[in-house]
Amino acid sequence: MSRSFDTGGAPHFPPHITVSGVMLQVIYALLPAIAAHAWFFGPGILFQILLAVFFAIGFEALMLKIRKKPMRLFLGDFSAVTTAILFALCVPPLAPWWVALFGMLFAIVVAKHLYGGLGHNMFNPAMVGYVVVLISFPQAMTAWLPPLSIAGNSLGLGDTLMTILSGNPPAGLSWDAITEATPLDTIRTSVASGSMISEARQAPVFGDFGGIGWEWIANWYAVGGVWLLWRRIISWQAPIAMIGSVLALGTIAWLADPGNNPAPLQHVFSGALIIGAFFIATDPVSGCASARGRLVFGAGVGIITLMIRRWGGYPDGVAFAVLLMNMAAPLIDRYTQPRKFGQ
Amino acid sequence: MNQSDPYHLARHAGEQLYHFHGGLRLRHNKKMSCETPVEKAALATRYYVPLLQHSGQQAEPLVSAGQHVLKGDVLGCFSQLGSGYIHAPTSGTVTAIALHPNSHPSGKDGRCVVIKPDGLDQWTELDPLSDWQHAEPGQLVDIIRKKGIVGLGGAVFPTDFKVSEASERGIHTLVLNGSECEPYISCDEMLMREQPDSIVLGARILQKAIGANRTVIAIEDQMGVVDQALSAAVKRSDANDIDVVKVTTIYPEGGEKQLIKVLTGLEVPSGGRPTDLGILCQNVATATAVARAVTEGKPLIERIVTVTGNGVRRPRNLLAQIGLPISNLVDQCGGYSQGAARLVLGGPMMGYALSTDANPVVKAANCILVLTENDIRPAQPEMPCIRCGECARVCPALLLPQSLQAAIRNELWDDTADLGLADCIECGCCDFVCPSHIPLVEWFRFGKSSLHALNRERELASKARERFEAREARLVKIKQDRKHRIERKKKALQEGKGRQEKIAAAVERVRVKQEKET
Repeated sequence: MSRSFDTGGAPHFPPHITVSGVMLQVIYALLPAIAAHAWFFGPGILFQILLAVFFAIGFEALMLKIRKKPMRLFLGDFSAVTTAILFALCVPPLAPWWVALFGMLFAIVVAKHLYGGLGHNMFNPAMVGYVVVLISFPQAMTAWLPPLSIAGNSLGLGDTLMTILSGNPPAGLSWDAITEATPLDTIRTSVASGSMISEARQAPVFGDFGGIGWEWIANWYAVGGVWLLWRRIISWQAPIAMIGSVLALGTIAWLADPGNNPAPLQHVFSGALIIGAFFIATDPVSGCASARGRLVFGAGVGIITLMIRRWGGYPDGVAFAVLLMNMAAPLIDRYTQPRKFGQ
Repeated sequence: MNQSDPYHLARHAGEQLYHFHGGLRLRHNKKMSCETPVEKAALATRYYVPLLQHSGQQAEPLVSAGQHVLKGDVLGCFSQLGSGYIHAPTSGTVTAIALHPNSHPSGKDGRCVVIKPDGLDQWTELDPLSDWQHAEPGQLVDIIRKKGIVGLGGAVFPTDFKVSEASERGIHTLVLNGSECEPYISCDEMLMREQPDSIVLGARILQKAIGANRTVIAIEDQMGVVDQALSAAVKRSDANDIDVVKVTTIYPEGGEKQLIKVLTGLEVPSGGRPTDLGILCQNVATATAVARAVTEGKPLIERIVTVTGNGVRRPRNLLAQIGLPISNLVDQCGGYSQGAARLVLGGPMMGYALSTDANPVVKAANCILVLTENDIRPAQPEMPCIRCGECARVCPALLLPQSLQAAIRNELWDDTADLGLADCIECGCCDFVCPSHIPLVEWFRFGKSSLHALNRERELASKARERFEAREARLVKIKQDRKHRIERKKKALQEGKGRQEKIAAAVERVRVKQEKET
C-alpha cells in the first residue's frame, strides 16, 4: 500500500544557522570587552546596557505592534538587543538614563523601523542613536570616567546607579571630581592649545598605545572580532581595510609631523576604532555586500575617521564615518560586482 | 590555432587540479548504503512507466491497452524528433495508459503506461552490434537514441543530442563524472566498484562516437576502492588513453561546469557548453548504459537506485526497473523506520519531495532518500534578508544571490539578466547557508520561468511591431507611388498640351503662309 508524505522545498536539512544565532554570537563576542569595561571603569557600563536593552525591546515591541509584524519572531531575533549593547558601549558609563531612552528612540524607531525594519535600514541603528545623543546632549556625553587604577574618586554600585537615574553626581562630588577626559579628547585639547603630542601623552590616562584600560578593552574587542571571523559570522574585508587604512595614513601623518599627529598604533587602540572595525563596519545590513565593496567600505570608514580626528569638531569620528559610508554603500556595491563564472 | 586558447589548454584536463569558488563541505552520509552489494529489485505486480521523464515534451505512446509487450519493446517516443524512446521494463500486458502520480519536479500526475507483468521477464529480440570499433559515429548515435539513453546523473538530458552535437563540434576529451558530491547518494560509487569494466567499455564507445582522443574519469578522493577497481579495469582493457583522477569532495563539484573548472582551471563561458572547450561530460552510469545498448542491444530500462536515509530500515543500492513503484523498493529495504517524515527523490540538496511512494522509478531517480523529522528543517518562518553575504560566498556560479532575489522580487527583469540569473545552477548552497531561511532557489526558478515568458512576450511584441512597421511602410509606398503616377500623368498631359499647341501653331503658320500665297 502506498504511503503519503508531507512535502517541502530543498535543501532537506535542518537549519544551518538563524538570524537570532548570528546576533547571539555577536553578543557573545562582545562579552569579554564588556567585562573589561566594567573591570577598568566600574559597573556603569552594565547599567547602561540594561537601560538600553530595556528601551530597545520596548520600542521594538511598540513598532512591531504598529507595523503589524509577528511579535515573537522579530523580538526573538536579538537584533534590537545587539543594537542596544553596541550603543551602550559608546556612551559614558555615567550618562543619565534618558540618554539611552533618546538613543534607542532614534535607533529603533527612526533608523530601523521607519526605514522598513530588520534588513532594510540604510544606516547603522546603533550609530544613528549614538550620533543623535552626541549632538543633542554634548554635556552628558562627556561624562567619561578615569580608569579605576588612577581615579581619585571611584563610585560604588549604588552611587553609580543613583548618578545615572538622577542625572546628578553623588552628594558632595562635582562632575569634575569624578570624570576625566578620554585619551583622544586629551590629545585634541592639548594639540589645540599648542602642545606637542609627546607632552600630551604625559597625562596619566595614557597607557602603552592608547589610554590605560581603553587599550585592553580594544584588545578584547579584537579577540571577540577574531572569534566572529573564525565562526564566519563576519568577513575580514571591512575590519582589515579599516585598520589597515588607519595604520597606513596614520603612519604617513606621524612621520611627516610627529609633533601634531599621534602615533599610528595610538590611533588604532583609541576610541571606537577596534569595536568599529569588527562590530560596526561589519554590520551587513547597512554595509556593502560584495567582497571588494567591503574593502572600499572599511577603508572609507578608516580614512574619514582619521580626517575627523585630525580636522573635525569631535575627538573621535568612527560613528560619523560609518554613517557617511552607509550612504555610499549602495553605490559602492553597484560598482564592485564580482565577475560571474565563465565571464 | 593558438596553443594558449582555452580549447587547447583544456587538452590537459586532469593533469593538475584547481579550485572552484564557493561550495560546501557536507557530511557524506554515504556509508550506510554502501555496506551491501547492489541487489536486484524484485518483480512488482504493476509497473507505471511515465511518458514524461525529462523536462520538455511528453512522449507519445506507441502501444495500446490490452497489448502484450516483451521486455525491451518500445512503449513510446517523441515522433517529431524521433527521440525520447521509452521501453518496457519487463514482459507483460499493457493494462492502461492512464494518469498516475509521476516522479517529476512539477509534482503533477503524468500519463503512464501501466504494465501487468507476466512473470516471465522475457526479453524482446536484441540487436547487439558486435564490432562497434568499426561503426560510424552516426550509427552509434542512432543506437544511443533508439535505446533511450539519457544522462543518468540527474539531468536526464538525451545523450544522443549531446553526442551528436559533440561529434560535429570536435571534441578532444571525454570526462566521465563519477563524483556524486551530494550527500547520501552512492549509486555511482557502487556502480564503479562493481562494474568498472562496463564503464571503461562505455568510455571507449563514447570516445569513438564523439571522436575524442582521451577520457578522464573523475572520482571523489574518498572513494579508495573505486580507484583500485577502475584502475584495474583500465589496465585490463589495454586502453592507454583513459585516466582516473581523484578530486576533492566539495559540493557541488559533480556539477559539470564545476568539475571542468577543477580538472582544467578553465571556466565554461557563461551561456556556453563544455563543448566550447572541446570537452564532453557524461555520467559514469550513462557510459555503462551506452555500453550495454551497443554491445548487448539492451535499452535503458533499469538503473541503480540508492535507497537510503534514517527513515529506511536497511539502506542499500538496488538495481531497479523504470516504472517500479517506489514503495516496492522501500519494502525490499526493510520498510520505513519509525519517524520517516519525508520522501525525497534525489539528494538532500537538489532533490524534490514526493507526496506519495506510489510514484514510479524514473530514469532520473538516482536516489530515494527517506528522512526523519530530525533530519529535515522544520517549516521555518522566512525572515528578511540581513545582507550577510554568505550566499555570495558559497555560490559556485559567483553570483550575488541576495541581489538577484531582490531584483526578482521587485520584477526588475533587466537587472536579473545582468546579475546572471541564467548562470544559476540551482545547487542550493545559498539556501543552505541563509540565516533568514529565504527559499532562494525557488525564487530563482520562478525568476527563470518568468524571464523566459517575458522574453517570449517581448519577441512576439517585437514581431508584431515589425509587422506593423512593414505595413505602415507599405501604405506609405503605395501612397507615394500613386502620387508619382498622377504627377507623371499630369506632366505627360501638360507635355501633350504643349505639343498640341506647337502643332496648332505650325498649322496656323502654314495657314497664314497659304493665305499669303493665295
